[in-house]
Amino acid sequence: MIRRAIASREMILLGAIVLLLGVIYTRFPGFVAPNNLIRVFNDTSPLILLAIGQMIVILTRCIDLSVAANLALTGMVVAMLNAAMPDLPIIAIVILAMGLGALLGMVNGVLVWKLQIPPIVVTLGTMTIFRGLIFVLSEGRWVNSHQMSAAFKAFPRSTVLGLPMLSWFAILAVILFTVIMSRTTLGRAVYAVGGNPHAATYTGLDVGRTQFWAFTISGALAGLTGYLWVSRYAVAYVDIAGGFELDVVAACVIGGISIAGGVGTVAGALLGALFLGVIKNALPVVNVSPFWQMAISGAAIIIAVAFNARANRTRGRIILKRAEHAT
Amino acid sequence: MSTTRTIPDRLQSPLQRNLKSWETLLLLVAVGIFILNSFASPYFLDPWNLSDATFNFTEKAMIAFAMALLIISGEIDLSVASIIALASTAMGFAVQMGFGTPALVMVGLGVGLVCGAFNGVLVTRFGLPSIVVTIGTMSLFRGISYIVLGDQAFRGYPIDFAFFGQGYVWWIISFELALFGVLAVIFGVLLHKTNFGRAVYAIGNNPVAAAFSGIRVARVKFILFLLTGLMSGVAAICLTSRLGSTRPSIAMGWELEIVTMVVLGGVSILGGAGTIPGVVLAAFIMGLVTFGLGLLNVPGIVMSIVIGALLISVIALPRLWEKWKTR
Repeated sequence: MIRRAIASREMILLGAIVLLLGVIYTRFPGFVAPNNLIRVFNDTSPLILLAIGQMIVILTRCIDLSVAANLALTGMVVAMLNAAMPDLPIIAIVILAMGLGALLGMVNGVLVWKLQIPPIVVTLGTMTIFRGLIFVLSEGRWVNSHQMSAAFKAFPRSTVLGLPMLSWFAILAVILFTVIMSRTTLGRAVYAVGGNPHAATYTGLDVGRTQFWAFTISGALAGLTGYLWVSRYAVAYVDIAGGFELDVVAACVIGGISIAGGVGTVAGALLGALFLGVIKNALPVVNVSPFWQMAISGAAIIIAVAFNARANRTRGRIILKRAEHAT
Repeated sequence: MSTTRTIPDRLQSPLQRNLKSWETLLLLVAVGIFILNSFASPYFLDPWNLSDATFNFTEKAMIAFAMALLIISGEIDLSVASIIALASTAMGFAVQMGFGTPALVMVGLGVGLVCGAFNGVLVTRFGLPSIVVTIGTMSLFRGISYIVLGDQAFRGYPIDFAFFGQGYVWWIISFELALFGVLAVIFGVLLHKTNFGRAVYAIGNNPVAAAFSGIRVARVKFILFLLTGLMSGVAAICLTSRLGSTRPSIAMGWELEIVTMVVLGGVSILGGAGTIPGVVLAAFIMGLVTFGLGLLNVPGIVMSIVIGALLISVIALPRLWEKWKTR
């Protein structure tokens, strides 16, 4: 019964996406061709990566509004590094990007853990600080395509088994975090801390430290996405991914992740991101001005949160029951 | 090790306990920045320059007053800047229809009220978390502006409409500055001298206890959302009048500056504590900092680092101090 309840929420969202694709099919059949769907998935991959990180943070009753700024700062750093040292291997750049992103996430995490500053205040602050740092670092200049090495730019586009590397990163993250969230102590701790912090404390979990690791993971994913973003679009400047943090939160909310913490799945984050991705890619195809996108995603957030509101209360208990059985 | 950390329902912030000294501290900071600025630039002490500097914060502060009440009651409204955009767009539309200044003012205030009511209904009737609702309406309201305007702009506001943003009441006292003063007094009295204000504090500290002691929690919160919408409408009138044109990107990112202003003013982001004099001082501080750095040719984005660091450090420093004292 529990399994069915959990499946149903994601199934409804999946149904909504299929319905959406069906409607688009009637206007423009080419959109649902496999090749185009792969393209849409690839285009949505950065959002998926960030949404997974954001989901973990939201599960612990926090929020990370600095992800887009983290992405942009890390992207700028690796782009400048590549311009200065074109011979640095890509694997080193990927590791560096994740490391730097994780470090920036840890800044958020420490402030929340050690000083108990509300996460929304911390990440609002670091969001503006990170953006400002990009400007200071780059002196407002852009890193353009010709300054980047060919390997740097080619990596996210290189195809493996018919899919671009960018998509593979999203798929890998989905699999990896599905396992982490359901099969490891960290994943369980995240649900426990978000579901009931009092109870989590009594069972010996350090709430602050769990939140710290959530921010670190979110930061690492943002850093990784920073490299992928900059190399994919072959440009780095101060304002890349401006306002993207709201899309990320939107994807989570649409995916049924409760802002009150403790409720949500990786599959939900994935589907929430895909829902927004399909809308974004479909608007120009069905001849609706792209200016509609903002209002539509806003309406989608409100409808999704209203739709999830009642289910959340019961689901919070169900998750806790699962955790109890397991321990 | 101090890993045993209990999670109280509401963190008692050090700010709360030192509330009296918080305003004193803000005052000292404001005076310090004032003196620093007058040494840093010879142009600072010119009365007209100082008068111009007030435009940096008056419109934001008008919203910050209402936002302070809302945050004290334990809610938040991130859609305020988008309400400005929508109200401004509606006024621009009314100009195209040939309406005069009085009608424009009514349109601006009306749109603000309707948007506030929309947020209020979603939060109080449907019991949805305000942070998610207003992230949604933030996209929705500005999204509607983008649908109406696209990449166009509304211009051609009547000449007498310019008074709200460009007019002067007496010598260097602009209409906006005078309105800011009047609103500060009104909100100060409302929060600190009336039953309504007392109810706001009670709700922020413990909504359940407030409800049991006969306070109509939902109604008070609804009124606060209305008030925040209304003040956004007022700010929209001033800003539109000052700029003389409307683009959908108007007042982009203001919600963060307004929340920063409120938190800097000593309002607890967790609700239940804060004062209007604190917000007034915070408004002056932010205005002085941006103006002073502007005179020194510091780019706006670098200023945002200062604002972000200010936001985090004003909360972090008292907590570090507490930790250091108890050691």
